[in-house]
Amino acid sequence: MSALAPRATRSTALHAGAWWLWALGLAAAASRTTNPLLLGLLIGVAGYVVAARRTDAPWARSYGAFLKLGLLVIGIRLVFAFFLGSPIPGTHVLVTLPEVPLPEWARGVRIGGRVTAEGMLFAFYDGLKLGTLLICVGAANALASPARLLKSLPGALYEAGVAVVVAMTFAPNLVADVQRLRAARRLRGRPDRGFKALLQVGLPVLEGALERSVALAAAMDARGYGRTAQVPPAVRHTTTTLTLGGLLGVCAGTYGLLADTGAAYGLPVLLAGLAAALGGLWLGGRRSIRSRYRPDRWGVRAWLVSGSGIAVAALMIWANSADPAALHPPAVPLTAPVLPLWPAAGVLVGLLPAFVAPLPPRAEPYTKESPQ
Amino acid sequence: MIRFDQVSVTYGDAAEPAVQGIDLTVPEGELCLLVGPSGVGKSTVLNAVCGLVPHFTGGTLHGRVTVAGRDTRTHRPRELADVVGTVGQDPLAHFVTDTVEDELAYGMESLGLAPDVMRRRVEETLDLLGLADLRDRAITTLSGGQQQRVAIGSVLTTHPKVLVLDEPTSALDPAAAEEVLAVLQRLVHDLGTTVLLAEHRLERVVQYADQVILLPAPGAPPITGAPADIMAVSPVHPPVVALGRLAEWSPLPLSVRDARRRASSLRERLVGVEPGGMGPEAAAGDGDSAGTVGSDAASGAGTGTADGGGARKRLGRWRRRDARTGTGTGADARSAPAPVPLPVTTGGPPAAEAVGLSVRRGRIDALHRVDLAVRAGETIALMGRNGAGKSTLLGTLVGMHEPAAGSVRVGGAAPHRTGPRTLLRHVGLVPQEPRDLLYADTVAAECAAADHDADAAPGTCRDLVTRLLPDVADGTHPRDLSEGQRLALALAVVLTARPPLLLLDEPTRGLDYAAKGRLVQLLRGLAAEGHAIVLATHDVELAAELAHRVVILADGEIVADGPTAEVVVSSPAFAPQVAKVLAPLPWLTVPQVAQALEATA
Repeated sequence: MSALAPRATRSTALHAGAWWLWALGLAAAASRTTNPLLLGLLIGVAGYVVAARRTDAPWARSYGAFLKLGLLVIGIRLVFAFFLGSPIPGTHVLVTLPEVPLPEWARGVRIGGRVTAEGMLFAFYDGLKLGTLLICVGAANALASPARLLKSLPGALYEAGVAVVVAMTFAPNLVADVQRLRAARRLRGRPDRGFKALLQVGLPVLEGALERSVALAAAMDARGYGRTAQVPPAVRHTTTTLTLGGLLGVCAGTYGLLADTGAAYGLPVLLAGLAAALGGLWLGGRRSIRSRYRPDRWGVRAWLVSGSGIAVAALMIWANSADPAALHPPAVPLTAPVLPLWPAAGVLVGLLPAFVAPLPPRAEPYTKESPQ
Repeated sequence: MIRFDQVSVTYGDAAEPAVQGIDLTVPEGELCLLVGPSGVGKSTVLNAVCGLVPHFTGGTLHGRVTVAGRDTRTHRPRELADVVGTVGQDPLAHFVTDTVEDELAYGMESLGLAPDVMRRRVEETLDLLGLADLRDRAITTLSGGQQQRVAIGSVLTTHPKVLVLDEPTSALDPAAAEEVLAVLQRLVHDLGTTVLLAEHRLERVVQYADQVILLPAPGAPPITGAPADIMAVSPVHPPVVALGRLAEWSPLPLSVRDARRRASSLRERLVGVEPGGMGPEAAAGDGDSAGTVGSDAASGAGTGTADGGGARKRLGRWRRRDARTGTGTGADARSAPAPVPLPVTTGGPPAAEAVGLSVRRGRIDALHRVDLAVRAGETIALMGRNGAGKSTLLGTLVGMHEPAAGSVRVGGAAPHRTGPRTLLRHVGLVPQEPRDLLYADTVAAECAAADHDADAAPGTCRDLVTRLLPDVADGTHPRDLSEGQRLALALAVVLTARPPLLLLDEPTRGLDYAAKGRLVQLLRGLAAEGHAIVLATHDVELAAELAHRVVILADGEIVADGPTAEVVVSSPAFAPQVAKVLAPLPWLTVPQVAQALEATA
């Protein structure tokens, strides 16, 4: 392996699962800390990798939307803390709102009242944690093609995957339809902005979407979608039994694990259930005659990318047990958070994909006439 | 390869069968063209081949359809997927995946082919269709012609014996259509694929066909034969055939090349004759016939659908027409051979004017320093390949896009800063998909809404609809109208506000020759009344018949702007068939030639 990352082509492309493991690793790390400096570092790491390795594909542009969503979450958390008060005791009163008197049955709920700097800071830390989680998920979304991830599903889940892919390609079409029809309202001399305009194009948009789905269903049928192989009845019945039994086992096992009493049998039942369900899926895949065209390969680079994410998570969990105070700076009393050096170094491991993942080709700009 | 035995199809609760008495055979390795006016059931026949009729659409199919020996009654579409490849009218509705390479592999994956076979076939197909550079591109970022080629490629990879295509070139610019047709040629010649295709734009495809199946009228049995024989009697035919019929050439030429080889005597006759409608003396004669537009559109005499079935071979159709006009059945506006002459006075301000106009859409300069003035009474055809900026220019004229630089004025106002209700009185646009303009569930409600929107007297819009579409009842749902009728309804809605500037985006997509003929008469009438008209179109024949001026856009810039005859005659892509046949003489349309011949006879 040469030191430089290769250009991404179909054969060198990173497995979509690797990106998701990496991003979930970062998210898991984010969930273990409320230190705003560490969280900021995590956001920075995710953002740098996205900037370095994302493509020009439509899903890659969703990163901005996730960033905004993260900011929105922080905003909402702050607004709630401002108006509904905070359980955090504090001495630095920022402002005192008039408190709405509530009836007896609503005790414990407070509207208005004192707003303290400690309460707001705590809410900000909390919101930032949630926001970071979202941004990590957004990074995976921007880096990994959702369609290619679904292609890695086992054969029996293939149809569910197709449904998701079709739905995902429909969403942009729907948006384009809404834009086109709103523009068309202008041609009728009606206002093309505002909520009412949006409402009135609703029906034609839905009609169009329905027609498109019917056309797509016809095209898929004509292209052999849903061709099945003959499977002996015994295999079919075994499949059903395994799948259903396995799912039941998973439910029972999870309950056992979470409940206080059943910890002893929980884990084995969960594992047995999982095994049975996977067996059912594998058997079910025999009914489908589909083959796969150039599936993504899990190579060295995929190991490195996913490994870096898991390492970040593992280091953060370790740091959390070793020095919980550094990862959770207190809101009371008000103190400036400090950046703990070793956990920060651990987070930086997450930058590895920006150097080892294949470099996406710079897509040339394209021109397209109005959406058709 | 394909056999229909006494097939008739009745949909759901329809009283009459959509098609009946279909009896035909398409031998292996032929390119077979299915022609006929709108609404005769071409799509039904095509979908019966791949089994979508009746398995997917419902309805009852009597008789028997076999494809490569498989009966479609016992084989569902998915079980025919390895012998029949189908591409519908809209390639975008056909795509299941998001990138070119995956799309090519999709059908093979469904059939369960081995990975190494799939890989080899994808590479072969990428080369065959010239898609290798696009293999990793997202499908939505491709141009129309590229999408159509991907759609064809996606059904080719399963190596079907039969390829069924519904209007593969209708939405494409001339160059992209050539691209697609070249691919079809190659499939038929090199791979022995049987191709069955329906197409309205016969001028593009008829010379490639080995066999033509004509569905002359709804419910009538098909006529099958060699292309030249069928074209001699067909109610739908390309201009080169019309010219051949007019000049009584035998055998009838189907391609420009054939026609040119026979045209030397015709060219000699036409030397020194000024094409009608361009010289001043012809202009004087044309004014009145163009003025009677509405009546002829109403009578349907100019449609050419009703009178073709008579199978009077070798009878010049245009001569019949002239005879009828002579006997006083009414002015045939189609005999007006060329655009309505321009009013000479140009004292007033232009209907629309763009100066140094640039428009950005996203990161792309959709228009770059465009200068254009449209005078009252003038018809301009806007041409250029898909994505050249035609729709953007029209959109900017109605204020959908804000100029990034330069200025645009329509009737003295800046469209993007004018409220929709005011703008309505200055400019009207019929979009590519006329359905976008229609919201109500009956024609009457649509008309009432249009009157209200335009502050017009109640009944204004309905009168216009009656003029354009005499047979449409108040209670009809706009969705149930044919493409041509829907276009006419949208046009009526737009015209209710009487805008001095009328814009049409790709108005002839999906229209047959009859509907196109009616549209041409209608627009000429409007031009004669002083409306300025700008149409964005790929249809060179339409531009030749209607436009005073042709403006060609490329990459958002104007690369040619001048009188129709000058611009199109010199261009290989945009010249109409008559111009190609009679070059270097500046004749554009068959009616022009017909009138000249009549005058010199």
